Amino acid sequence: MSITADEVRHIALLSRLELSDDEVELYTGHLAEVLKYVEKLKELDVDDVEPTSHAIPMFNVMREDEVMPSLPQEDALENAPDRADPYFRVPKTTE
Amino acid sequence: MEFEPVIGFETHVELAAKSKVFCDTRAEFGGEPNSYVCEVCLGLPGTLPVLNKTSMELSLKVALALNCDIPEVTEFDRKNYYYPDLPKNYQISQEYRPLGRNGAMTILMPGGREKTVGIHNIHLEEDAGKLVHDVYKGRGVSLVDLNRASTSLLEIVSQPDMRSPEEAEAFMETMRSLLRYLEVSDCKMQEGSLRFELNVSMRPKGQKEFGTKVEVKNVGSVRAVLRALDYEMRRQTEILEDGGRVIQETRLWDDERGETRSMRVKEGAKDYRYFPEPDLPPVHIDREYLETLRKDLPELRDAKRKRFVEEYGLPDYDAGVLAAEKAVADFFEECTRLHNAPKVYSNWIMVYILRELGGEDEKEIADLKITPEHLAQLAQILDSGKINQNIAKKVLNKSLQTGDLPEKIIQEKGLEMVSDSGEIEKFVDEVIVEQAGPVEEYKNGKDNTLNFLVGQVMRKSRGKAQPDTVQELLRKKIRGEQP
Ligand SMILES: [Zn+2]
Repeated sequence: MSITADEVRHIALLSRLELSDDEVELYTGHLAEVLKYVEKLKELDVDDVEPTSHAIPMFNVMREDEVMPSLPQEDALENAPDRADPYFRVPKTTE
Repeated sequence: MEFEPVIGFETHVELAAKSKVFCDTRAEFGGEPNSYVCEVCLGLPGTLPVLNKTSMELSLKVALALNCDIPEVTEFDRKNYYYPDLPKNYQISQEYRPLGRNGAMTILMPGGREKTVGIHNIHLEEDAGKLVHDVYKGRGVSLVDLNRASTSLLEIVSQPDMRSPEEAEAFMETMRSLLRYLEVSDCKMQEGSLRFELNVSMRPKGQKEFGTKVEVKNVGSVRAVLRALDYEMRRQTEILEDGGRVIQETRLWDDERGETRSMRVKEGAKDYRYFPEPDLPPVHIDREYLETLRKDLPELRDAKRKRFVEEYGLPDYDAGVLAAEKAVADFFEECTRLHNAPKVYSNWIMVYILRELGGEDEKEIADLKITPEHLAQLAQILDSGKINQNIAKKVLNKSLQTGDLPEKIIQEKGLEMVSDSGEIEKFVDEVIVEQAGPVEEYKNGKDNTLNFLVGQVMRKSRGKAQPDTVQELLRKKIRGEQP
């Protein structure tokens, strides 16, 4: 299984990464190597194996529906790169 | 060529849990922006989600009421996308092992026809925050409020089983009623706690294959959904009649302009790369626990409707109106418990009380000044013969305005029937003297003149005499009999 430069650009876009043409070429190579390695797993017969979604056998970890105090508004906004109290301010979203 | 619509819904309902779905922050509408937040729902690094037991329980109730297959194990998945109303850059949802599948809901159409709408799946997820658009230093910006971020959101995905706006409307009404009966949400569409996302395609009538579907978002009321549906049906039919092709896309409803418009989302941008949420262990749904929940499900609307017909002898239509809202049905039954007069209550509730509900502020029966005690007391006084139907209606309206009990209103306004026959007799005598002409006509055999004379006496008594008594008295007096 191989990967194209366009697919790498698409993945970069989804991950909000800005890649130069050189980087696209570099990572296309890297990802192709990774996929080739993963391809090897296909040699195994896993027909009778349930897909694993969790590594630890743990179930039903739940909490009671109880309200605890919120973070103070000032603390919540404190680390924001940009704010317009009492809001976070971000570049306009399209809609 | 005649076209028919194929309609489905994604119903989003905010669950009535006190805290959010994966953290212990308050989950409530309103509040100062960014005041109901914590490290977890802000998506700060190193924090971990823990599932709210109540959110899961409310979700399972809905899955049971909608006759879903509920799996032994349900799990959460990450839905990855970048949008500022979602601080983690992914939404915790359920893609692969949702808590309910293959359900069904029966809707009742006018005329009594029943139709079953399939439920594809039900899954629990976290809601997103809210964005307000603004301008800052000449550039457009978005202001983010994360109070709603990570509150419990249940998504119910229907099959595209509806074929007309009437069926779409019945679906929305039935779904809202069911969710309110289960008391899993307040279902306030104005506040966004219940949202219907419409999907619709058109196809030539008789064709088996579906056409290309369009999703419509941003619709804030049942009425708006029906307007958006009407608009889309016309838009798509026009395209198809011109030999064109409908584009599969998401469109936004503009309520002011009464039209939908394309969101222009780039092809392939909807690539969510779902994968199992590693931070939340799977949930085993115990069968015994599920049975307890099933047994505790309340009687739902259509069952109640049937019972009202059988138990109280109400017409099916009336029973349907009363059962539409649990609060109204409970109000009605509380009245009958206090004083047995179901038909009188049914009439009063349908004519005078329901018109006070709903509206802009989504008023509920509990918000009214009138209670079952008012109605029961009024019915009791009516049954005793102290007042007649007309006066009862006046008293009812007064109670609705002031919240005063009927007894008090009747006493203060002196509305009690004149039972003193001496007083009525005086009025009758006066009328016989004053209306000599009509009295003569009646004597000569013009029977319906009597009604006119009764009316005259009623006027003198200001409506408080019993018309039957007045008629009897008039007849006897004119004929010269002893009353
Ligand atoms: Zn939180």
